[in-house]
Amino acid sequence: MTAAVDSSPPRAIWHQHGDSCTLELTGNWHREGPALEVTGATPNQCPDHYQMDAHACFDSTLPAFLLAHIRAVTDATPDKPPSPAFDGLPVNLRALLELALAVSEESEPQTPSDSSSEIYKLGNLTLVVWTNGKALVEFTGETMLSLGRLVTGRAIFRRKDFWLTLQECGVQALPIVSLISFLIGVILAFVGNVQLANFGANLFVADLVGIAMVREMGVMMTAIIMSGRTGAAFAAHLGSMKANEEIDALRTFGFNPFDFLVLPRLLSLLVMMPLLTIYANFAGILGGMLVGYFVGIPPVLYWTETLAAVTLTASSLGVIKSVFFGAIIAIGSCRQGMQAGNSTAAVGQATTRAVVTAITSVIVLDSAFAAIFTLLHI
Amino acid sequence: MSATPELTAAKVTVKGLTMTYGTQVVMHDLDFEIFDKDIFVIMGGSGCGKSTLLRHLIGLLEPAKGSISFDGKDFTAADPAERTDTVRRFGVMYQSGALWSSLTLGENISVPLEESRKIPPKTLRDLVAYKLALVGLAGYENYYPSQISGGMKKRAGIARAMARDPDLLFLDEPGAGLDPLSSRRLDDLILRLRDSQGSTIVIVTHELASIFNISNRAIFLDSATHSQGALGNPCDLRDHSENPAVRLFLNRGTQPTSPR
Repeated sequence: MTAAVDSSPPRAIWHQHGDSCTLELTGNWHREGPALEVTGATPNQCPDHYQMDAHACFDSTLPAFLLAHIRAVTDATPDKPPSPAFDGLPVNLRALLELALAVSEESEPQTPSDSSSEIYKLGNLTLVVWTNGKALVEFTGETMLSLGRLVTGRAIFRRKDFWLTLQECGVQALPIVSLISFLIGVILAFVGNVQLANFGANLFVADLVGIAMVREMGVMMTAIIMSGRTGAAFAAHLGSMKANEEIDALRTFGFNPFDFLVLPRLLSLLVMMPLLTIYANFAGILGGMLVGYFVGIPPVLYWTETLAAVTLTASSLGVIKSVFFGAIIAIGSCRQGMQAGNSTAAVGQATTRAVVTAITSVIVLDSAFAAIFTLLHI
Repeated sequence: MSATPELTAAKVTVKGLTMTYGTQVVMHDLDFEIFDKDIFVIMGGSGCGKSTLLRHLIGLLEPAKGSISFDGKDFTAADPAERTDTVRRFGVMYQSGALWSSLTLGENISVPLEESRKIPPKTLRDLVAYKLALVGLAGYENYYPSQISGGMKKRAGIARAMARDPDLLFLDEPGAGLDPLSSRRLDDLILRLRDSQGSTIVIVTHELASIFNISNRAIFLDSATHSQGALGNPCDLRDHSENPAVRLFLNRGTQPTSPR
């Protein structure tokens, strides 16, 4: 980059003579140079004359400054827009300004100014909550209609899509589900053992791990893993399909996007969540068994103790919950994807929202289940 | 060029159509008809609502006011089942191609073909190969949309739009971003489709060369007044339109002739 010959700061000096005013421009107008110095009161009118060296150095900062002034004057006097004159400006600068002013500023599509008033914010928030709630209800309703069409055999989707999704959220999730559930079992056993050893009752570690896994932890961890893994994948996939008009393309071919996209995903999770939960339960119990082995509980004894403690009722509770969690994850994340905006940034937002809402709703729903089961004495 | 429009039946009738985005009016009171075997162009400056009008015509957006009918049947007021039946007769090519990215080009064409009924595999393969050959993509059946260029995606999008031999074909900016030769080839393709298959074709475009080459009727959307600027044969509009904005647009901003 060439060093500027004139390193004096840019100066704008206003001269007022009665009704007319002159703007004197000196110095080196450069983006990376010293800051602008304005001398004299800025008048509420366009200069009638400019005073400037024909060979002065300037980059876009100078035309930007002049344009901003002209715009400010235009905005202040909307009834009689000024007709700026450019006498005294170098030819190239004049051409640039004429170019910038060739098309008048579009004032219509400006976004509503974000008012900082609290009532405005509250109103906005209410509207957001209302529209989101409505959209969720509509989406759930559409999905139910879609399930209805599946039962009556009128839903059209590609079987191959279903099998692919099934594989994606089933077999391919096994490693992470194994690892997490196994470690949860280990952690439960460790914590339990420390406390129970005080009473010389460390055999009951098997009861603790078994019941905790099958009732709560197995299904909960699976649901959280699936929210992060599969829920995000659903939202991102459907969101980018939305951004790329692929969902519109489905519609205009007469396909129902719910049947075609949401149904295979919902079914896959409905099938896979219970299976993964049962698998996670076993992995957790295995983890507990390993800890038990190290603290002196023989695996066979641990296993018989677990069998005695874990009833069929307790273990079916987790599996029943898993179906609901699967539905809530699939519906929530597909909704975020299908209702995403039409840009790539919107896909990211949709994915984030999908994961957050899936995890939140899983935990809220689990608390509701806990309350219901307690009331029913199960 | 084509049969005199007045003698053929109106394929699409738009009456008093007003389109809005939220509270902002995009276009108001559009009134036009598209006749059988027309190549009808929707033109106008960037961002004036051309694609929005197209999305209204294919039922993706709801009119704020007014109605759209196909073959005399009101589409706006129809129930969802009827609307789906009408939409099934359309072929739509989207601006970005909108190919289903998880499917190969072949599957992109075969999925719509098999929507209502199973087709024998051999017939299906032949159909797919034929459609791809029509747009100059023979042999690309097993490519994924991400593996081909932008121009090829557009052509594949057209092949998919034509999959079911639609009697109404909607193309959203088919020529944008294509080199002059491909663009020309595309124009030929569109003309041949009209002449040999008898489809009615609605195109959103602002490529003047294409407009004069292929279109016999056009509507101009005026972004300044948010209303219909002109309707008619583009060559006539260029020379004789009463609306200066239309003449300016069709003459690329120069005004060689004054209206007579």
